Amino acid sequence: MSNVGKSVARVDAFDKATGRARYTDDRCDKGALIARVVHSTVAHGVVKSIDIEAASKVPGVVKIVTCFDVPDIKFPTAGHPWSTDPHHQDVADRLLLTSHVRFYGDDVAAVVAENEVAAAQAARLIKIEYEELPFVLDVQKAMEDGAPQLHEKFKNNILNHTTIRNGDYESARKEEGLICVEGWYDTPTVQHCHIENHICYAYEENGQVVVVSSTQIPHITRRICGQALGIPWGKVRLVKPYIGGGFGNKQDALYEPLCAYLTTQVGGRLVKLDVPREDTFVSNRVRHAIRTHIISYMRPDGTFVARKIECFSDQGAYASHGHGIVAKGMGAFPQQYPCPNVEGDAYTVFTNKSVAGAMRGYGIPQAMWAGECHIDDCARALGVDPLEFRFKNIMKKGYRDGFSKNELYDDSYVQCLEKGKAYLDYDRKVAEYAKQTGPVRRGIGVAAFWYNTAVWPISLETSSCRMILNQDGSVQVQVGETEIGQGADTAYAQMTADVIGLADYKDVHVVSCQDTDVTPFGTGAYASRQTYTAGFSIRQTGLLLKERILKYACELTRQAVYNLDIEEGNIVRTTDGRVLMSLGELATEALYSLTHSEHLSAESTYQIKNNAYSFGCTFAEVEVDIPMCKVKVLDIINVHDCGKLINPALAEAQVHGGMSMAIGYGVSEQLLFDEKTGKPLNNNLLDYKLSTFMDHPHLEAQFVENYEPTSAFGTKALGEPPACSGAPAIRNAVFNATGVGVNRAPMTPHVLFDRFSEEGLIRDFWREEK
Amino acid sequence: MAQQYKLVTCTINGKEVSTMVDVRASLTDMLRNDYRLTSVKKGCEVGECGACNVIIDGEAFNSCIYLAVWAEGKNIRTLESLISPEGELSDIQQAFIDETAIQCGFCTPGFIMTAVEILESGKHYSDDELRKLLSGHLCRCTGYENIFKAVKKTMLRRLGKLDDPFLKA
Repeated sequence: MSNVGKSVARVDAFDKATGRARYTDDRCDKGALIARVVHSTVAHGVVKSIDIEAASKVPGVVKIVTCFDVPDIKFPTAGHPWSTDPHHQDVADRLLLTSHVRFYGDDVAAVVAENEVAAAQAARLIKIEYEELPFVLDVQKAMEDGAPQLHEKFKNNILNHTTIRNGDYESARKEEGLICVEGWYDTPTVQHCHIENHICYAYEENGQVVVVSSTQIPHITRRICGQALGIPWGKVRLVKPYIGGGFGNKQDALYEPLCAYLTTQVGGRLVKLDVPREDTFVSNRVRHAIRTHIISYMRPDGTFVARKIECFSDQGAYASHGHGIVAKGMGAFPQQYPCPNVEGDAYTVFTNKSVAGAMRGYGIPQAMWAGECHIDDCARALGVDPLEFRFKNIMKKGYRDGFSKNELYDDSYVQCLEKGKAYLDYDRKVAEYAKQTGPVRRGIGVAAFWYNTAVWPISLETSSCRMILNQDGSVQVQVGETEIGQGADTAYAQMTADVIGLADYKDVHVVSCQDTDVTPFGTGAYASRQTYTAGFSIRQTGLLLKERILKYACELTRQAVYNLDIEEGNIVRTTDGRVLMSLGELATEALYSLTHSEHLSAESTYQIKNNAYSFGCTFAEVEVDIPMCKVKVLDIINVHDCGKLINPALAEAQVHGGMSMAIGYGVSEQLLFDEKTGKPLNNNLLDYKLSTFMDHPHLEAQFVENYEPTSAFGTKALGEPPACSGAPAIRNAVFNATGVGVNRAPMTPHVLFDRFSEEGLIRDFWREEK
Repeated sequence: MAQQYKLVTCTINGKEVSTMVDVRASLTDMLRNDYRLTSVKKGCEVGECGACNVIIDGEAFNSCIYLAVWAEGKNIRTLESLISPEGELSDIQQAFIDETAIQCGFCTPGFIMTAVEILESGKHYSDDELRKLLSGHLCRCTGYENIFKAVKKTMLRRLGKLDDPFLKA
């Protein structure tokens, strides 16, 4: 009986449907002291003095710490595996609290009080005097000579600059008769908007600082807390309960180090730091806004001859995940549409804005916005259908990347595009929408995406797993990969049941609440690697446990080990199929035997030295109200080849969420900053327009299931890919509807008004009406 | 401002209870802190996200912007009230599970309680009406797709209209 491949209910669904599932705040004792962070109210400056006198007098205030009190230890925050090579370590540029504030919302002081009201009142009464410094908000202006400097070490605010030089771009573009297409493409600063804000609490116990946190990366955060406090990493214990969404924001150490520090300042008492929504927007992490410049030279038959890309990634005030995001995005460029001559430059640049980190897609939503908008621009210049242009130029079966050794084993792109094309009846609609003239027009668009499942060979990929056979024959499983809402635990239960030979995934208990004191080491939830990477260690450990079970079964049954197997939770003699005993009977005997008792368990680490492409596309149909400058998505489909589906219903659901995020990215979401002050303008859920129930149509998710040959279960990335191609597909549908290419996301009425005016569309209608 | 407390007596999940509350406290605070009803989630505390939604005298409210003292004499229901004493789920909870409408689960309690209000009206709402009625809740995991299916299917089931062609979708 196979569990993998079935749409079974989530292992945590019952607890979540009943309110039993306990998240960080639900586990915190209500006697906790409450911490409040005091944030900078200037975009760039130096704290000259802090007056805490009035704040200290607020009844209930226990402790106030400022930037002048904290240890002078700089630490990195990115949720990357630690590199033992100092040259590859993340940039250590954060202090627990800082006197050199680099963005509006930087952390200057913290209050610990007996209740929330006292903490909030005291935070408001702290008087901070700044020496204001000039600030810079635009990524390219920040690179200019004479621009305000954020960090001493990084000249012109450039955190990093990497290049691609394939073939000879300069010579190749001189070929006669080439058609040149050039464009600039902009993506906005957006925020993850998981519904549970980041929250953590800390206390001291048993010689350790215990931190319970809504994090995607418990083992990494433990390390960072140790680094930030200057204490041995083993003195920190990190516990991760259920988490209410992460999407990459919680793939950083956020306020865990500060909270850990605060408990040490109040005698180890329980301190809770619950981040308000407004602060989550500004003082956690955001997605890098990236400005991209692309030039393509093509022959009249549509063959790419030479291509150039320049990317300017807005890092905000601190390094966090840094250059990895834009580097990944630019890395897709020469691969997705192979071309012999490519020149690429990617810059990651500090600005005086909220810190950019990981967010679902890790540079690919930005890269696909630029790249896939540009592909439609190229098709338009040639006068060919953009889908046909993609079929001609997109990565083909057999493509192999020399660096990652990734290979496209099947014709995934073509298969996905064909499926999307059929669902939206592409050819018919293209013909139908070809000659529209009215104020309200419809259009259809497509965008493909490139994705890499995990991060090998760029960084360590390791997964550890522990399995224990219980008295009744059920199995407990622990892995270092974390459940953050995506459904990983359910996939693990299905895999475990199949590897060992259990009847049902319900016979597997995945320990969801992680605790660095007991959970095997793992680097947590990031990239789209949970199912892929954990699959290897689950399979390896499951086989190890099975071997031990069968060895013990030999003793009990006196049958040769090669004649035994586990099927449907029973020890079976394979020669005649006879059930000899149940796994439960064996386990009970193993634990209570008076002659040979044995705790049957297995634990192992698998180091993954593979990676896998995961491709797909979005097709969107829109209606554009030109005078109103509004875009309505009428129909939308994502098609993914993420290998074999472990749980089709969960996979489909995960795609829906990514599509929703992509729609917001394309038409409504952006975090805005006041140009005069650097102050964030819309850091709340009302003014920051993420998609609501009313904002999109039915979301269609379909799959092409090509078995991924490098994978333990044939599966590969699905977590982030759904968020990667939706926005450019909508843009290209607007292009199809109106003939106007909009290169700035999100395509709000403000942006559309400018573009439609430039192209004379709006003026035309007024004239016609008059 | 000196702290002021007031005795609040109300019915919570079928049981009459009383407690002293800070007059500044929200109903979310009272339900979570005094009664440990932790299905009532905090996502924004200003009435934007809907995670704290509970039913007060038959009507769904964001409890974060409802003062605890206003609960005096009211009948309040939270998600915890839906499971039967025997541990059986209500139809709407089961539908959320069956339709894969739950991912991280943080918005789930609030959504289910609004669904309860919708279902108890006994009305047959159109798709557009359902979307509007549910639009006070934000979710970042599901794209609302399966939540919509769960609520719609349960509505049709209760109305005895299970053979609706929608169910083929």
